[in-house]
This record gives sequence, structure tokens and C-alpha cells, in this order.
Amino acid sequence: MLTSFLGVLFDGLAYGMLLFLISVGLSVTLGLMNFINLAHGAFGMLGGYVCVLALQSWGLPYFVMLPAVFVISALAGLVCERVLYRHLYRRSHLDQVLATIGLTFMSIAAATYFFGPLQQPLQVPKFLSGQVSVLGVDLNIYRGFLLAVGVALTIVLTLALEKTRFGASVRASVDKPRVAEGLGIRVGLVFQITFAVGCGLAGLGGALGVQVLGLDPVFPLKFIVYFLLVVAVGGTSSLKGPLYAALLLGVIDVAGKYYVPQIGAFIIYAMMIVLLVIRPHGLVSRQ
Amino acid sequence: MSPPFPFRSPVRSRVAEIVLWLVLAAGFWLWPAYLALWSQILIAGLFALSYDLVLGYAGIVSLGHAAYFGVGAYAAGVLSRHGWGEPFSGLLLAAFCAGVTGFLTSFLVVRGRDLTRLMVTTGIGLLLYELANRLPDITGGNDGLIGMEMSPVLGVFRFDMYGRTAYGYSLAVTFVLFLLMRRLVHSPFGLSLRGIRDNPGRMLALGYPVHRRLIAAYTLAAVYAGVAGALLAQTTQFVGTDVLSFNRSAEVMVMLIVGGTGMLYGGLVGAAVFMLAHHYLSDLNAVYWQFWLGAFLIAIVMFGRDGVLGASLRLSRAFSRRPTGSS
Repeated sequence: MLTSFLGVLFDGLAYGMLLFLISVGLSVTLGLMNFINLAHGAFGMLGGYVCVLALQSWGLPYFVMLPAVFVISALAGLVCERVLYRHLYRRSHLDQVLATIGLTFMSIAAATYFFGPLQQPLQVPKFLSGQVSVLGVDLNIYRGFLLAVGVALTIVLTLALEKTRFGASVRASVDKPRVAEGLGIRVGLVFQITFAVGCGLAGLGGALGVQVLGLDPVFPLKFIVYFLLVVAVGGTSSLKGPLYAALLLGVIDVAGKYYVPQIGAFIIYAMMIVLLVIRPHGLVSRQ
Repeated sequence: MSPPFPFRSPVRSRVAEIVLWLVLAAGFWLWPAYLALWSQILIAGLFALSYDLVLGYAGIVSLGHAAYFGVGAYAAGVLSRHGWGEPFSGLLLAAFCAGVTGFLTSFLVVRGRDLTRLMVTTGIGLLLYELANRLPDITGGNDGLIGMEMSPVLGVFRFDMYGRTAYGYSLAVTFVLFLLMRRLVHSPFGLSLRGIRDNPGRMLALGYPVHRRLIAAYTLAAVYAGVAGALLAQTTQFVGTDVLSFNRSAEVMVMLIVGGTGMLYGGLVGAAVFMLAHHYLSDLNAVYWQFWLGAFLIAIVMFGRDGVLGASLRLSRAFSRRPTGSS
């Protein structure tokens, strides 16, 4: 009983770490620009497919693939920001929803066209597969790897945000964009870079998550609720909020599916509604 | 900002409206081979009208409107599967069930701002979709609800394989509900909704019960959506879980946007454009269809948000060169 609980906890944390990586960029988009970006999952999907291509067609080694995925997803994010998103910052929420749903549809169709509608079968690399037994609990090595990567990236992100000059301008832009602008911080540029990094991280999360979340063309729609939920629960003032929210969500979802499979995804949706009813103005409101 | 509103004075639009309904009625002779498709268009148009009340008039951005469509469809489906095949009582039951669901959920929806509303409505839609999947005893689960037996409409018109009865039945129901909605949106109630959409704070200051109005509008929209769902169930004699799917919620939004929001007929026009495009384009390739749909959505947002109706209105104004005042 206890061992199965620890196993579920471990899997849930790894799952939550993936959610965090994918959603952290969204928390900036929603928090800094008050921009509803329903297409965020598309960058995660892009990362997943680049990962599959890199490993299977280009034959890149695993640890070369990961930075490559990050760079490609970030570039894609930058292009989308320049071409589409920046025209939408001052538009109504409905316009933002429409355009990003449109982008999501296009990404789904494009993924179906190039890769087919089925789940991508991707083996965990050999040196990361298998189980280790720790104190009688069977732990999946790959999930441990996910946790380690997540923790490492969180530390890097936290340091970058809190110790560097660029991080300071990001925080300033999040807290008071107008004052930041007045102090000579180029909020637009800060946002562009942050957006690209967020997309890169989403891509990285998608790539790492192929074996855990699955990868098929409807990925952006399937997980959008989770990403929005992480941001809504976690808020945007620091990295800690989304991190805790993502971990909590991951554990609850995995536990729910393990212990009460008959109600499945029910728990997450019900939790979301209850939460938003308790905090009707959303935990992200920054006005 | 209020969209250019051709039906502000009901008199001016009357001719166009009458022509529209006459053309639809002439559909029996104009497109006899496509009656099944056109009854789907009418149903989608009715559903989009219901969504127009939520989005176009009350200004609530919802991505879960299929919830009420699905509740209505299942209500009508389950009723007829249990041996009560009379169509109008099916519609009534569907309207009632969807209305109750809409009323209960409206309290969750009308609180909060756009993002919260968006997430809550999405959540409600997904929740009901999951529910339908988990209750195969009632809904048939993934296989869908089969074995619906419909009695003839009014005891006379049997549902035939050419879809003649389905078309006439859908047309009649849609027409009556459009008339009612037309009356409603021109009433003080409808005007107050538009006021709330444009400036809720000011309407509150003017003494309007903003929350109650929104709840009433949302509930009524749910009733309309439920009737649309029931029509689909009765005319196709099948209900699948896709009636509750996220795609259906997104599609109704697209239809309404394509046609134009807050203009009463936007939903119907949008549904016709959308379904006909879908019919012809997805014959070519289903994947291309979704791609172009997405591209089209982005184009609409970038180049003009008032839809087909708004664009044709601007065109007609340009041709008639009448001073239009500020819009």
C-alpha cells in the first residue's frame, strides 16, 4: 500500500515536472501580457515531433537532441510572435482565443499531414530505461531522469530570473509594465525573448514527455486544460507558484487515474471548476 | 463597440428576413438531394443562434457550449429509446434538461472575467463529455445511443430516408425559435444584455441586475442549445459522444464568428458557410480542411471581425453610398 503510494507519488511528480516545463512559458504570456494563448501546447507538440525526427531520422545522440529541440522550438515561438502574436496583444480576449485556436487547428492538421494521426512510438533510450528498487519501491529510471532535469532547469530558471540583469527586467515588466517602460526597459523585447524561451521550454517538455504524455496530433488540445490550470492555480508572480501547482496537479492526476480509474479525468476538471468558483477572478488576475 | 447592426430598426431588415425564410422553405425544390445536409445546417444555425445570445449579446466567451447541445441530444435520445417517440415532447424534455443544466452552471460561469469564464465553460464541457463516456448504460458510451424510434411528426409525417420530414421539422422549429429570439433581442431585456456586454460596470451603476440578466441569458441559451441538440438526435436518430465534444464547442464559435456576432442571423449564415465548406472541402481531404479552417480563423481576426454579414453590409453600404453615420 505504502509502496504503491510512493510509486504513484514519484510518477506524479515526474508528470508534474513535465507540466511545469511546458506551462512555465504560458504563465509569462498570460501574466505579463494578459494574453490568452491556447496554442501554447502546439510548441510542446513541435518539440515532441522534432525529438522523434532527431532521434529516428537524423540520428542525433540523445543529449544533442535536447538542446536542438529547445532551439528549434524557441525559434518557432519567435517567428510566431513576430508574425502573429504581437498583432493581438491589444485585441480583445475573444480575438486572442480565436486566433490561437486557429493556430492550434493548423498545427494539428500540419502534424497529421506530416506524421499521421497515430501515437508516435518512441522507446526510452537504453541507458535511461529500466527500474531501480529504492527501499522496496520500484522506481522508473526515466521518470527519475525527468525529475532531475526538471529540478536542474528550475534552479537555472530561478537563478536567471533572480540573479541576472535580464531576470530583473523580466520581473519589472511583469510587475509594472508601464513603469518598467518608463525606466528604459524595452518591455516588448523582454517579452519577445521570454516568449521564445517559454516556447523552447515547452518544446523541451514535449520532447521529454513523448514517452509519458504520449504524442499525437491532438496533443495541443488534449493538454491545454492542464497548462491553463497550472497557470491559473500557480499565479505568475514567481516560478514557485506554477511549479507547486504543476507538481500538485501531476500527483492528483496520476493518483486519480491509478486509484479511481473509473472516474478518470473527472477529478482534474472538477477541481478546476471548484477552484475557479472559490477564486472567481482567477488567481492570475494582475490588475 | 457595437457591431454595425442592420436589424436595429426591425422594419428595414424585414424584406431580407422574409426572403431568407422563403428561400429556406423553397429548399424542398431548390436542393432536394441535399435536404439531410440542409437540416444539419439549420440545426447548426439554431445552435449558433443560442451561442450568439451568450457571446454576441451577453459577451460571455465560452468554449463549452456543446455541453447543453449534448444534454439536449441525450435527453431526446434517451426518451425515444425508452419508447416515447413523439418528437415535440422530446424537444420539450431536451429544453427542460438543458435549461436546468444551464441554470445550475450559469452561477459558475457568470462570475469572473474572460479567462475564468473560458476555463470554467471548457471545464463544464469536458466534464460532461467524460460523464457521457463513463455512463454507457445511459448514453451508450463510445458506441453511441442507437435504437431510437421516432414517431411521425404531428402523427402524420414519417421521418423518411430522403430527409424531407427532417428538413421540414427542423425548419419549422428553427423558424419559430428565431422569431422568439428576434423578439427577445429587440426587447429591453436584449438591449440591457448588449449594455452589459459593452460596459458591465456602468450597467450595474444604472441599477440593472447584471448577474441575474446574465444568468437568464445563459439559461435561455442553454435551452436553445438543448433544442438544437434534440433536433439533431431526432432527425439523425443517433447520438454519439461527439455531441459533447470540445470540437463542437469550438466549431459553433467558428460558425458564429464566420457569420458575424450580435446580428441574430450571423449564426445561421455562418453555419451555412461552414457546413457547405466542410461538405465540399472535407471531400477533398479532411486534414486540409482543419488546416484551412485554422488559417481562416486567423485571417478573420486579422482582417475583419464582423463576419460575412458585416462584410456584406459594408459592401451594400458602399454601393448605396448612403451616409451611414458612425458605426
